[in-house]
Order: sequence, then structure tokens, then C-alpha cells
Amino acid sequence: MPTPNVINGIPLWWYLLVASGLFAIGLYGVLARKNAIAMLMGVELMLNSVNLNLLAFWRYLNPTSAAGMAFAAFVFVVAAAEAAVGLALIISVYRTLHSIDPEKLDQLKL
Amino acid sequence: MMINSTDVVAVLPFISVALGSVGLLIADLLIPAERRHVTAWLAAALLLTAAVIALSLLGSPTFEAFGGMVISDPTAFFLDTLICTIGLVTILLTLRYNQVRGILRGEFYILLALSISGMTLVTHANNLLILLLGIELLSIPLYVLCGIARPRLESEESALKYFLTGAFASGFLVYGIALTYGASGTLSLQTAPAAPNVSGDPLLLIGIGLILVGLGFKVAAVPFHLWAPDTYEGAPTTVTAFMATATKVAGFAALLRVLHGGLPGMESTWQPLVAIIAAATMIVGNLAALAQQNLKRMLAYSSIAHAGYALVGVAAHDTTSVVFYLTGYAFTTLAAFAVITAIGSSEGEEMQFLEAYSGLGRQKPLLGAVLAIAMFSLIGIPPTVGFIGKYFVFQAAVAKGLVWLAVLGVLTSAMAAYYYLRVVMVAFIREGSAAAPLPTPSAPRNLAAAISVAAVFVLGVVPALLLSMIGNGMLSTTP
Amino acid sequence: MELFVASPILFPLLGILLNVLIGKKLGERGVGWLASTVVVASFAVSLALFAQVAGDSEHAAVHVKVLPWISAGPLQVSWGLLVDPLSSVMMLIVTGIGALIHIYSIGYMHGDPHFQRFFVYLNLFIASMLTLVMADNFLVLFVGWELVGLCSYLLIGFWFTELKNAAAGRKAFVVNRIGDVGFVLGILAIFVTFGSLDFAEVFKAVKAQGGALAAAAGVITLLLFIGATGKSAQIPLFVWLPDAMAGPTPVSALIHAATMVTAGIYMMTRAHALFELAPFTQQIVALVGALTALVAGTSALRQLDIKRVLAYSTVSQLGFMVAAAGLGAYVASMFHLLTHAFFKALLFLAAGSVIHGMGHDRHTDPQDMRNMGGLARRMPVTFAAFVIGGLALAGVPPLSGFFSKDEILLAAFTHQPLTFLLLGATAIVTALYVGRQLILVFLGEPRTASAAHAHESPAVMTAPLIALAVGAVLGGALNLPGGGWLHHWLEPLIAEQAKPLNLPLAAFFTALSVLALAVAGWMYRRPERAAREVARGVGLFLARAWRIDDAYAQVVVKPFYFISTVCAQVVDVGLVDGAVNGVGDVFRRLAQLVRGLQTGLVRNYGLVMLLGAVLVTAYFVVVR
Repeated sequence: MPTPNVINGIPLWWYLLVASGLFAIGLYGVLARKNAIAMLMGVELMLNSVNLNLLAFWRYLNPTSAAGMAFAAFVFVVAAAEAAVGLALIISVYRTLHSIDPEKLDQLKL
Repeated sequence: MMINSTDVVAVLPFISVALGSVGLLIADLLIPAERRHVTAWLAAALLLTAAVIALSLLGSPTFEAFGGMVISDPTAFFLDTLICTIGLVTILLTLRYNQVRGILRGEFYILLALSISGMTLVTHANNLLILLLGIELLSIPLYVLCGIARPRLESEESALKYFLTGAFASGFLVYGIALTYGASGTLSLQTAPAAPNVSGDPLLLIGIGLILVGLGFKVAAVPFHLWAPDTYEGAPTTVTAFMATATKVAGFAALLRVLHGGLPGMESTWQPLVAIIAAATMIVGNLAALAQQNLKRMLAYSSIAHAGYALVGVAAHDTTSVVFYLTGYAFTTLAAFAVITAIGSSEGEEMQFLEAYSGLGRQKPLLGAVLAIAMFSLIGIPPTVGFIGKYFVFQAAVAKGLVWLAVLGVLTSAMAAYYYLRVVMVAFIREGSAAAPLPTPSAPRNLAAAISVAAVFVLGVVPALLLSMIGNGMLSTTP
Repeated sequence: MELFVASPILFPLLGILLNVLIGKKLGERGVGWLASTVVVASFAVSLALFAQVAGDSEHAAVHVKVLPWISAGPLQVSWGLLVDPLSSVMMLIVTGIGALIHIYSIGYMHGDPHFQRFFVYLNLFIASMLTLVMADNFLVLFVGWELVGLCSYLLIGFWFTELKNAAAGRKAFVVNRIGDVGFVLGILAIFVTFGSLDFAEVFKAVKAQGGALAAAAGVITLLLFIGATGKSAQIPLFVWLPDAMAGPTPVSALIHAATMVTAGIYMMTRAHALFELAPFTQQIVALVGALTALVAGTSALRQLDIKRVLAYSTVSQLGFMVAAAGLGAYVASMFHLLTHAFFKALLFLAAGSVIHGMGHDRHTDPQDMRNMGGLARRMPVTFAAFVIGGLALAGVPPLSGFFSKDEILLAAFTHQPLTFLLLGATAIVTALYVGRQLILVFLGEPRTASAAHAHESPAVMTAPLIALAVGAVLGGALNLPGGGWLHHWLEPLIAEQAKPLNLPLAAFFTALSVLALAVAGWMYRRPERAAREVARGVGLFLARAWRIDDAYAQVVVKPFYFISTVCAQVVDVGLVDGAVNGVGDVFRRLAQLVRGLQTGLVRNYGLVMLLGAVLVTAYFVVVR
């Protein structure tokens, strides 16, 4: 099956570019923020950029098989589960430390 | 798509553990709070059943199921058996330890079983979707388990650090999978890069690279290892024991599925990289372990170093040697942790520093002997399994022309003798200090130690026993 | 049959089992005699196996596969045992001398609170050493090799309450591990070259391919020799053996003189076919052996501890054996191993008897020769034993040491002048320190109350002395010059031209030895004054064994501690965090344009992972 490179006048690499930009923003969020919730949001951004990638690949390269789309759905599930557990952990830390700055957690080192 | 009985058999260990943990969740509601050890014993029974099921399926031939999403071969069923056994031994360790610390909770065992169900899915993954699902299923309960000893700050810290770095690593893994999918148009591990013109595609190469990053995190390979010492030190010791063994095995199972089972024809691409990572992991793990005064943290670095040795076998494309090495390492490490949980469990206060072990060999000769045997096996002295395992991976490396890697492995393990022996010295030679508490008695824990030590010796003397079970180990079904 | 051949190993294991289980009920006597009985049983079986090999017209080996072990692709290894002329001789030495020393220990260790543990270790050693000797392949040999190392470690540190002893045990272990690295690599190289680890197959291939293997044989033999320098205490790894004297004296006699330390020589003799293909290695072996002989021999001249003299002497004599192996005189090497086992075990046990007799005053070091003197009259049997052992060591005819040492000197004389000079000098030095020790310990007047009140040891200790003394006197008869018994016995394995006695050479060295003894007698004619002498200059240099240990402390140990500290503090904190900060700097400058970025721990981990991810993908994209 020939795979189109352009659909509705938009080439595939536009999507990939946007997705990688989003991934980089997510990366920056995880690495630069000193707030655990913001870091978690960074991770969510990374996962969502992946979804963008997946859906674009699916639509452009292999629309007959549902694999790409299904994978994107599973990434949603994973992201939601991680967010739920992550928020619970952050709340638990907040109760003990009265802060959600991971930098304050440096009891364990070397 | 209809699900037939072959499909069910293919992942029967997974199905039994997953359904069992749901059952456990319900059963736990009916068990009164002061009788939580019943949940523990139910979980133990569940894992025993799953282990027996996996063991009985060892003989079946290799086949794919669920439309090629999962694969079942002797190696997969062997790894299932191993993981369930590790879980079982861990539960034996927890009974006394968790009770003293007030974390003998029903959810501990439910989370443990859920995590194991994820691991038994990873071992069968023949598709990147299943791989991701299994890895997340094993990781998420572990994040919670690390922090289960709240409000102890070190437990919470270890959990949050593990979670943040783990989620970060998941991002790389998923991105890698997406790129691989984009390059090959499929998620199947068997066919992903089969098209020859694809295998040089930068998209695919970056994708595989990012998948390796995600999996390197799970096995704590350098430079993706930094989370491990902190998390291992802060988590409750029973959880650490589980993570250092079962999670390591599952992480390697994923690595083997991707590199040995999938990506046919790409060995020359990843082999040098894996070899370099293996070398870095052996060097950094052993060097950092040299300076540790905290036994738990030392074992964390030691587990990093041993991931390096297993990676030598991965680089050499010898699945059997990797699986054998991991089996030996797992039982040896469980034996060591059995001693640590014993020392730690006196009054709820963790006794992790080496000084706490002085005089152990004389006050409790058997416990001291278990510790010494574990250390000797970690060094790799015959007739323990540690020696045979190292021998297999190094021999595999030499056979593949990776002589420098084998030489480096032998050198670093000679270096490792220093810090392992120091533990033996302290336990047997130094006078016991009055501050060191006497270990509390626990029959299940002693059973766990006995099982581990027996495995260390039996596998060290008759490794042929295990090799026949692992099978030929080549996970790929591609003709 | 398998069980019968394996029984020499199984008997000591049975002894361990019984002593661990019911040792407390048996009491001290019971434990000791049980442990000794199982070794005597091993000796009896070894004798029967020896007779079986001897009875066969071809001296065909008894070869059994007891259990399958590893079966992985090309690697097929089983727990196989081989009794051939070479291993049967070693078995007799190990079990025979082992049995005598077990009996002796009953007296020597009397009253020790850890009597039971001592005999368990001792039995474990016998089983391990027999595994080493009876192995039919390199891997099982290595198992035995490591196990005897473990026993040695346990027994050196036996009295571990003294930190010094524990440290000596660890030193022995770590130094031996260095040698083991070479040995393991050698075994790997053998497997790569021959695709098998069985002696039979490897040596068959060596015979078939001959010179074509020269390059591989060079590498393999060098690696194996590194292993031998560790176990058999040669330069540069000999430093552990003198410290190993911290262990109980019977252990020094059995493990660190008669048996374990000869494992390297046994291994080289076993693999002699490989060594013969590598002339370069052989030269190195000969020179290292000869150099070790001289360095250790001269160091023995200035020791004050009765056991350390013997320890350096052992290193020196092992040097003789190694040099002989390097010269291709394997029969002479084995012969010296045999006679040395007798007379050095005898000397150690006699020294133990002295220490036992001296050890009544807590304030006097019973091992310091300065505290002795005049013991000849008080301990006549021990004195006689020590004289016999000492004269055999000095090479005075017709004692056993004369014949074996003469054969090695003759081989060196005809092959390598430099080796000959070094060994010849060592022979003279040997007589000097033997004379010095005899005088300081036994002659003159007692210098302390302990020496004055010393008494002869009980019969359970003197009986083994007498048995070993007989061996030390008559051992030479086993291989008289011109093709003696041992020569014919080993012929199926080692085809070597027998040499007749070179009368001028033998006479020359006999005269020199006697002269050196006389010189020692003259130098120490006033033992009281000699005992007060403080070592200075050259003397101190020799007393500290050419300062090799000090050099190691400076060159190896200190930097090693430094590196490990660096790794802990710099690699993880500095380098990793440093690299992080380096990368972090880039990020920081970028980020400071937007807003201030501060480092945090979790973030550092994330940055390192990102760095790793960049490296991994860069590798794939760029390097590919």
C-alpha cells in the first residue's frame, strides 16, 4: 500500500516536529522545575507528544491496522495511572515535609 | 478475534497471578485488620501456584498467541517460575520484618502480586505494546511499595525519587517505541526491522536507542543507575530485596525480548553499545561499592555491578548465560537480604551500617554463615553459583570475540572481592558491640534463607540442572 | 568404582559432617581422632589406588567421571577424577603428611576453645587439595585451587581475635586473587584455543599440533604462571606467605609448606606439554624461580621469628622447584617437591614443638628466637628432628634434600648459567640460615625463663616428628641419580633424559654447604650476643625481605585506597555530579535567560539520564 506523505496539505514531518518540540518542553519541565507536580506535568507532556507521534504515524503510514491508535490509547491509560500514583506519593510527602520540592529530599545520598 | 485455549495457556502464569491479585484484593476486605498475615499466606499460596503452573509449562514447545502479541517459549516460562519463586521468598522475608515495622498490610501483598503479574507479562512480550504494558504494570505498584513505610521520610523520599525518575524513563521508552513504530509501521518485535532497507533508518535507530534507555533504567545500567542506590536504601528492606532481584530479572527479560528475541539481523548494530554500557556498569558499580559503609547501599551498588555482568552476556547474544546469571544472582542476593532483614527487625530501627554486623558470626553462627556464603557467591568463588554464572557470561563474551569485556569482568570481580570480604571480616572477626541488637527469630525468614542458600550451592555444583530448564534460550521464533 | 576413586575426597567430607553434627558430644579427643581417622582412611585408599596404577604394566591411569557438571554448547565439563602416576604421588603426599599433621594437631591444639572448628577446616582442606590434585580438567582443578585458598584464608585467620592474624588472612586472600585473575584468564584462553578443558583432550591436541600452537601456548602459559606465582608464592606475589605464619603451626606445616603452596608447581607439571611449546615463558619461569629463591633465602638470614625463617625458606625452596620447572626438569621439580614436603613439614612441626614447649610465660614471645637458646638438652627429640630437617634442607648428603637439590642444580648447570648462579648462591645461603637457626634455638644457654623451663612435647606430637624424620632421611632413595624410581614412575607422562650424578658438582656444593654451616657456627659462636644484635643497614633490608612489602604499600596499597576514595567521592559526587553540572551549565546558561535554574538531586539524575540518552542515540546515528 502506498503511503501518502502529505494529507490535507500537511506533510508528516510537521507533526513529528511539533511532537518533538512538545517532548523537549516536557523534558525541560521535568529537569528545570522545582515542584514535583510541575515535574509530573512535564512527564505528561512527554507522553502526550508521543501520542501525537503515534497517531500521525498511524494515519500516514498504516491506517488499516489499529495498532498505532490502540497504542496511543494505552499510553493514555499509563499516563493516568502514573499521575494517580504520583499525586498520591506527592501528597504523602507533603504531609511529612510540608513541601513538594524534591530538592528538599536529599537525605539519601552517597 | 476469538480467544482460544492456546492463547490462555500461553500466558497462564500471568492470568493466574493477575486474577489472583484481584481475588486477593477482595479477600483482604474480609480479613480482620489484626490478622493481616492471612493475606500474606494467601499471596504466598497464589505465587506458589503460579510458579508450579509455569514450571509445568516448561516442556511445551515455542508458540505465539493472541495474534503474535505474546510468545511462549521455555525461557519465558522459566523466567515466570523464577520471578514467582522470588516473590514467594520475599513474602517469607516480610512476615516478621513488616510486622515489626507496622507495614504488615494487605495492600503490600496485593501490590506485590500485581507487580509480579506485570513481570510475568514482560517475559512473554512479543510486541512493543505488551512490553510497555508489562513494564508499567510492574513499575507502578513498586512506586507505592517503596513508599509504603510512610510517614518514614526515607521511605517516602525513595518512592518519590523512584517515581519521578521512573516516569521520566517511561517517557523515553514510549517515545522510542513510537519512533520504532514510525520507522517500521508495526509494533511486533518479530517483524519490526525485518525489512532490510529500514534497518539503517535513523528514525529506527533513534527509536531503538531510546527503548534501550528506558530498559537500561529498569536494570539500573550506567548511566541510568543513579536512582537505584537512593531508592534501595530508603525503601523497606523487604521491598529492596524484591526490587534488587525480581525487578532486575524482569528488566533483563524485557531487554532479552527486544535484543535477542526481536530485531533480527541487527546484532552488529547494538552489540558494541551494549558492551560499552556493560563495561561502564561493571566499573562504576564496583568502584562505588568499595567505599560504602552502609550494607544496604553497598548491595545496591553491587546490584548495579551485577547488572553489568549480566549485560556482558546480553552483549554476547547468549540468552542462556544471562538467564543463568540472573538466577544465581537473585538467590544469592535474597540470601544476603534475609540476613539484613533479620538484623534490622529488632525494634523497628534499621541497622544497615556495617558495624551492626560485627560479631554476628559468633553470636549467630548460622546467620553469619548465610551472610558469608552470599558474599562468597557474589565474589564468584566456587562451588557457589556466582562462580558458574560469571564463568558462563565471560565464556560467552570470549566466544563472541569480546575478550576485552571478559578481561574487564574478571578484573572488576577481583576488585569486588575486597568489599564483599570486608563484610565477612566484620561479621566474623570483629568483636560484637553491645549496641548491635540480636536478630529476632522468624521461622519463615529462616526458611527463605535456607531456600536461597540451597539454591546457591545446588546450582553451583550441578548447573546442568538449570541449563536444561532454561532450554536453548533463543527467544526469536523468526525462521 | 566411581565411589571408590572419589572416596579419598568423601572421607574428609564425612569427617566434617560428623564433627559438625556430633562434635560437641565427642569431646576434644573424639573430634581430633575422628578427623585424623578419616584422613588415614583417605591415605589407605590413595595407597590402594597407587598400587592399582603401579600394578598395571603400562601404569595406565584410573579415570572416572563422577557426575556431569556443565553442559553448555561446546563446553562440556564433568566432575572427573584422574589417578595417574603424577596425581597418585601427590595424593600420597597430601593424605600421608596430612594424616601425620592431623595427629600432631591433637596435641598441639589441646585446650584451644575452637578445637572442633580447627579440625573441620583441616578436613575441608584435605578434601579441597585432593580435588585439586585429582581433577581431570582445568575447571575442577580451579575449583580445588579456590577452595584450598579459602581454607588457607580461614586457617591463617584462625585466631582471628588478634587483628594482625585476620589481616594476614585477608592479605593472603587478596594477593592470591591477583594470581587467580591470571589463572582464570589462562583457563579461558585454553578453552578458546582448544575448545575443551579436559586434560586428555587439551594435551592430545598439543601433541598433535605441536609448534603451530607456539603463539597461543605463549599466552596461555604466561597466564597460568601468573596463577602459579600467587599460589606458590613467587615474585612478585610471595609477600602473603611469611604473613601466613599467623596461623597455627600445623597449618603452616601442612598448607604453607608441604601441600597447598606446591599446587602451582603441580599445575605447571601437569601442563608441561604446553610450557614446552613456549620457550620464552620457560625462561621467565626459570628466572623468576631462581630470583625468588635468592631473595627469599637471603631474607631468611635475618628473621627473628622461628616460623618466619622457615616461611622465607619455603618461598626460597619453592623458587627452586619453579626454576626446575622452567628449566624443563619436571621430574627434578617433583622430586624436590616430595623431599621438601618431608623435611619442611618436619621443620615446621619441630618448630611447633619448640613453641609448644616455650609457651608458658605470657610475657615472653614463644616464637622469638632471641628468647630461646639451650633447648637441645631440654627437648632432645625435637632437637634431633630439627637437625635432620635442617641438614636435609641444607643439602648435606645422604639426606633427601641433597639428592633433589643436586638434580635441580645440575639441570641449571647444563642449561642456563644465570639461573645456575642464582640457585648456587641460594644453596650456600640456605646452609647459612639453617646453621644460624639451629644455634640460636638449641645451643648456648637459655636466655629466658621460658627457655629454661621448656619441656619435651607429648608423644602424640613427637611420633609424627619421628615418622617425618625417617622420610626426610630416606626420601632421597626415591630418585637416586641416573634414573631412579620416580623417574621411571613418571615416565608415561614426562619423558625426560635421566642424568647421572655429576660428582664434581655434587662434591663442590656439599663442601660449600658444610663450609657455610661452619661459617654460621663461627659467626654465631656467642649466641647470647647475636641475639641482642639489632638489624641495621643491609641486615634490616634483609629482615624486611628486600622491602618489597613496603614498596607495595607505597606503590599499590596507598594509591588503591586513594582511587577507591576518589571513586566514592569524586566519581559519584564529583564526576557524575560534575558532568551533570557541566551539562547543567549549558542548560543553566540557557535557562538563566528565561529564569534561574537551580540544581536538585532528582533533577541531576534526570540530567544524567538525558545525557545518556543523547549519547546512546548519538552512537546509533553517528557511529553507525
